[in-house]
Amino acid sequence: MVEATAVRPGVIEAAISTHRHRPGALLPILHAIQDGLGYIPAEAIAAVAEALNQSRAEIAGVLSFYHHFRSTPPGSAVVQICRAEACQAVGGRDLERHAKQRLGIGYHATTGDARISLEPVYCLGNCACGPSVRIGDAVHGRVSETVFDALVDELSSDVVKVQ
Amino acid sequence: MKVVRIFVPSDTTALSLGADAVAAAVEHEARAREIDLQLVRNGSRGLSWLEPLVEVETPAGRVAYGPVRAEDVNGLFEAGLCSGASQHALFQGRPEDIPFLRKQQRLTFSRLGLSDPLSLDDYIELGGFQGLARALTMDKEDIVRWVTDSGLRGRGGAAFPTGIKWQTVLKAPSSQKYVVCNADEGDSGTFADRLVMECDPYMLVEGMIIAGLAVGATQGYIYLRSEYPLAQRIMNEAIERASQAGYLGEDLCGSGYRFDLEVRLGAGAYICGEETALLESLEGKRGMVRVKPPLPAVKGLFGQPTIVNNVLSLAAVPFILDRGPQTYADCGMGRSRGTLPFQLAGNIARGGLVELAFGATLRELLYDFGGGSRSGRPLRAVQVGGPLGAYLPETQWDTPLDYEAFAAMGAMLGHGGIVAFDDTVDLRQQARFAMEFCAVESCGKCTPCRIGSTRGVEVIDQLAVDPEGNLALLEELCETMTDGSLCAMGGMTPFPVLSAVRHFPEDFNTQRESTDSRESV
Repeated sequence: MVEATAVRPGVIEAAISTHRHRPGALLPILHAIQDGLGYIPAEAIAAVAEALNQSRAEIAGVLSFYHHFRSTPPGSAVVQICRAEACQAVGGRDLERHAKQRLGIGYHATTGDARISLEPVYCLGNCACGPSVRIGDAVHGRVSETVFDALVDELSSDVVKVQ
Repeated sequence: MKVVRIFVPSDTTALSLGADAVAAAVEHEARAREIDLQLVRNGSRGLSWLEPLVEVETPAGRVAYGPVRAEDVNGLFEAGLCSGASQHALFQGRPEDIPFLRKQQRLTFSRLGLSDPLSLDDYIELGGFQGLARALTMDKEDIVRWVTDSGLRGRGGAAFPTGIKWQTVLKAPSSQKYVVCNADEGDSGTFADRLVMECDPYMLVEGMIIAGLAVGATQGYIYLRSEYPLAQRIMNEAIERASQAGYLGEDLCGSGYRFDLEVRLGAGAYICGEETALLESLEGKRGMVRVKPPLPAVKGLFGQPTIVNNVLSLAAVPFILDRGPQTYADCGMGRSRGTLPFQLAGNIARGGLVELAFGATLRELLYDFGGGSRSGRPLRAVQVGGPLGAYLPETQWDTPLDYEAFAAMGAMLGHGGIVAFDDTVDLRQQARFAMEFCAVESCGKCTPCRIGSTRGVEVIDQLAVDPEGNLALLEELCETMTDGSLCAMGGMTPFPVLSAVRHFPEDFNTQRESTDSRESV
């Protein structure tokens, strides 16, 4: 389990004050919070609800609808593996199995040392050169099991890596 | 000393295969050899299998090498890369002579990969903003008529005539109208939108400005999927630079018109590619599909008349305005006019972007362009049009690629994504995945989609126990989903499922261990 740490002060307030007056402000606000904190903590829901004059249920409903938003802190790096058909056609299913085995976790989970969170993703738009994996904002193509292991080794040795 | 210009592409695919390391190696080698290097990070030509495709400018034109890895760079310099030497295993000759590119009809993608995507000067030099210049001299009605006359149909998949949509928005009375670009390119096997945004972003900006002029909209939004961080960076920068140069904002190009443009990020929901779910999402809500009518053209974003067009539809507009509707309409067949950027993906030897007039066949794409499978094994099934598209067996590969011809055989061209599978594919597993994907991505509004997809996964898992009874059940379930869902998500998930059952029955009849049922999402 990832320890819940104190939320860095100011991020939620800044996200709200920067975006609240834009039309359709909710997604931009949620993105700004997640970009700043890595996730959207429970206390953000009440603050955003109040700022937008919406109910907390409405904010929580939006939050839970979108796969991108997370309500728990991620590991130092988020590793996304493409599950979609073009990657399946070139060994994506085997890579998924290998990744889970190598990291010892399933999807939507974080390794015990809090370094890596594993997430599925449905298409990274790199469909001619799969299987594809995204780590942070970087996409990797033609990821074999060996390449995957090398990427993971790099993440595991890089203690201070924060995306 | 003579300056040597070397191009190393910087789109997602090139980067995913090490283009940054290649660029660094090129700089390193040039420095070590005291070569006066001008390194250009261009976009991709769309020849994905050759990425990173390094090009060098020579007196005889540009010469390409690929696929280049960082460790190849030293050898390339040794072999005489700077003068375009042909004595190297990675030598590809002039890019435009590579058959994959030579045989294409690039109207929309004519500039792809030629230059630095963010250079406004390069865009203008390569013919950019000519469509806008023409549009600024025309009446709204005439712009809309040109788009109608070009025969352009929505390239997102629904293939609705773009000009008719614009006409509806133009006629809708309102003081505030919107242009929304659907850049939620979620279909597996598609990356043409991404290439537009990463490699020729001003083309999309130009197309959207023209759309705004045509219907009197002053605000545009690009709804971009969060899986495309590089496209987000490039589009934001392109909008910033276009604004600085006076192409956006108040009194654009001194015309007295206003058009503002903004990128809005999605959040990983496939359903937001459906236009009404997209509008809900833009408004800051869950991406739930709306009942139509009212059409978005009448009552769209924030209740106002709204053009919602795919990236490729809007990207086709500058060409149509620049060269005239007839030039565009002269390509194609039947009611499918112009070109469609096909995307060759999956298990294919030469994957990438193939812009062709409608009417070619899948077989030509798979073999003449694609070169067969990447694995070297025989191709067995092809999924066209994304996760809601049918799996086609070889007997259907000679059908012309045309909206109507595909619809007639229970398939669709969609966004032009073509995913090839070799003979190791298990179509039962693919059918199961189609249902599973629908269960994960359904917005939940319609019961047949929300519940039916989950039941679909279960029924397919039960095929091993009682193939006959469960196949009948699966057919019935698919019928319910098709007839009882509001949008294409539930309505078309049966396409891949039933096409797999019909065309590949041998994968469903065998009693096999259900291995994938243990795997969780």
